[in-house]
Amino acid sequence: MCGIAGIVSLGERGAPPSRELLTRMAGAMEHRGPDEFGVYRDARAGLAHSRLSIIDLSTGQQPLSNEDGTLWISFNGEIFNYVELRAELEQLGHRFRTRSDTEVIVHAWEAWGEAAFEKMNGQWAVALWDSKSQTLVLCRDRVGVRPLYYAEHEGQLLFASEVKALFAGAPSFPRELDPIGLDETFTFWTVVPPQTVFKGITELEPGHARVWRRGAFVHDVAYWKPIYPEGATHRFSGSLQDATEALSFALEEATRLRMVRADVPVGSYLSGGLDSSVVAALAQRAKPSGFRTFSLRFADAEYDETPYQRAMVERLGTEHSEVLVSRKQIADVFPSVVRFTERPILRTAPAPLFLLSKLVRDSGIKVVLTGEGADEMFAGYDSFREAKVRRFWATSPKSSWRPRLLERLYPWLLRSPVSQQAMTRQFFGRGLENARNPGFGHEPRWSGASALKRLFSPALHDALQGHDSIGRLLSNLPAEFPRWTYLAQDQYLEVRTLLSGYLMSSQGDRMLMGNSVEGRFPFLDRNVIALANSLPASFKLKVLDEKHVLKRVSKDLVTPAILSRAKQPYRAPDALSFIGADRPGWVDELMSAQALKASGLFDPRAVGALWNKCLARKDGQFSNADNMAVVGILSSQLVHQQLVRAAPSTKVPVIKTFIEK
Amino acid sequence: METREQVRQFIISNFYVSDPAALADHASLLDAGVVDSTGVLEIITFIESTFSVSVEDQEMLPENLDAVSNIVKFVHKKTGK
Repeated sequence: MCGIAGIVSLGERGAPPSRELLTRMAGAMEHRGPDEFGVYRDARAGLAHSRLSIIDLSTGQQPLSNEDGTLWISFNGEIFNYVELRAELEQLGHRFRTRSDTEVIVHAWEAWGEAAFEKMNGQWAVALWDSKSQTLVLCRDRVGVRPLYYAEHEGQLLFASEVKALFAGAPSFPRELDPIGLDETFTFWTVVPPQTVFKGITELEPGHARVWRRGAFVHDVAYWKPIYPEGATHRFSGSLQDATEALSFALEEATRLRMVRADVPVGSYLSGGLDSSVVAALAQRAKPSGFRTFSLRFADAEYDETPYQRAMVERLGTEHSEVLVSRKQIADVFPSVVRFTERPILRTAPAPLFLLSKLVRDSGIKVVLTGEGADEMFAGYDSFREAKVRRFWATSPKSSWRPRLLERLYPWLLRSPVSQQAMTRQFFGRGLENARNPGFGHEPRWSGASALKRLFSPALHDALQGHDSIGRLLSNLPAEFPRWTYLAQDQYLEVRTLLSGYLMSSQGDRMLMGNSVEGRFPFLDRNVIALANSLPASFKLKVLDEKHVLKRVSKDLVTPAILSRAKQPYRAPDALSFIGADRPGWVDELMSAQALKASGLFDPRAVGALWNKCLARKDGQFSNADNMAVVGILSSQLVHQQLVRAAPSTKVPVIKTFIEK
Repeated sequence: METREQVRQFIISNFYVSDPAALADHASLLDAGVVDSTGVLEIITFIESTFSVSVEDQEMLPENLDAVSNIVKFVHKKTGK
């Protein structure tokens, strides 16, 4: 796990990339790879690499090349089936100098070209430079676990794992927030690749490879797309029991590969929920003794899951470590969190995960497994159930008992006064006439976030005239989308908008890499995804029972309490973290009219009304809107302060591997 | 201050409306996204504390709470104006 970066001259005769700037790009990503740094440079292209050594510790240095030194690679990630691919390539006559998965990609590219990526099972961002044909290839794993950004500037193409490294490689690049990126954030909860929040910077889409030759763009291809059943086509044909067995096998294999394909110890997170418990239980089979687990606890009881975690630890007998997180710690660490998300966020949930990865690193562990991806693949989120109830209701909009199914999802509705249900019905019943249209399932969430745009400054509103983020997303769906079941449609949109853009970027990869820890995600294994997508909707969401088939797989793996508990969405104290009397000084600074005017993103008067209201309400009963507004404003202001206004990094690390051609 | 102005002031400041001119008295606050499901409770608290009335369970209806004009009408009914 590492950071990658590079510079390639565009046009027929661009200046050679600067060694100094390539070195700075590597230095800006030191957290991603603190172990070693490398740079390759020729007259047309340069590659940089910051390494976190996990496989082939002694000879896996990068950039690395083929036998004759014409094809170079800078690679971040893991190819979990590299042993099998290597055997296949050796059969074809390829000779290897190292034991690394990196070298396998080089030979795979030589042997199969762009078809190589389909064969890889893993999580990656990779840059390949073929100096003979002067071809640059950038590629990202199927669901975007690993990040990769690119930009053009003054006759050069720059790319990097993180935006801060792009800026370090082009100090004169005009750093500015992109209104469309902000509009998407305050709609979908994040930007959706290829859009970013920075003007002129593009995120390579998950599952894509993009090619330039002789300084000109050639093409951008999706080497992989999610496949869902269309009627009986692509649909798993067995019974629920068959599906349970198939998933059991796929998940066990996915977890085993992620345990054994490492030359350093691998641990696991344990949240107290189903997904990470299953992963930890399966992982422990691969390493029965000395297996380490890590948990997050909250000082606020409302968010805490300690009893479930401890019961699972007792069952597995792992060597367990915990970190207890308070509101104050969330506020204190928040600027660092945003430095790594490199995008505004509407929730503080990433912050505790940043503290958890620190605990992992301090414990001497470099790699952890987590349960992320299960809710996307097996329909775990409340939003999938809510959409199902609303569609059921829409077939008989006058029914008064159909909407009462919402009480099954949101038990607090049962406790509210009977007549307040009229208000709830009004809220959830909006747009029922669109029940057959794409985006219906996500509409309540998207409109809730979009309402916060009333806080935008007039200038930002002007810049967004005529732009419609939801319209743009929905006009760019796969041709087969209407032939999928409603659940598959909802899952596709969830994955497209939030899996890479929020879950991996803000909670997964970035929070882990911020403390130099690699995350591995068995639920995002190629075979697990393909199987999950092929299952009939009722195997995943059986009536209103979420993750049904996964629960069947988990029966003998987790404690009965974890299996039967209601799904608890992972949350952390949001606005509450920033209103305490002991809040850090930067909070009031960034909320001040002066700072708001300086960034120009929000209307100081409206923000003032929100902030005064929050400070006056110490009882902590904040609406969802207030929570998202406070966190969204603070994180946007931090992005502006840290990545737009601050000068790019000029840190120059010691380069261990330097290749000049 | 007249009731309408009081209600508007509350909605504008409590729900941080940046463009008060765009807040139409008859517009549904839920549909406009100004108020979410928990925001309704804030409206009820405001009515009870400002006008010294008690909002009954069966009165928590969109026709009483879901627009500036509805709230004004409801308050007038409750206070006997």
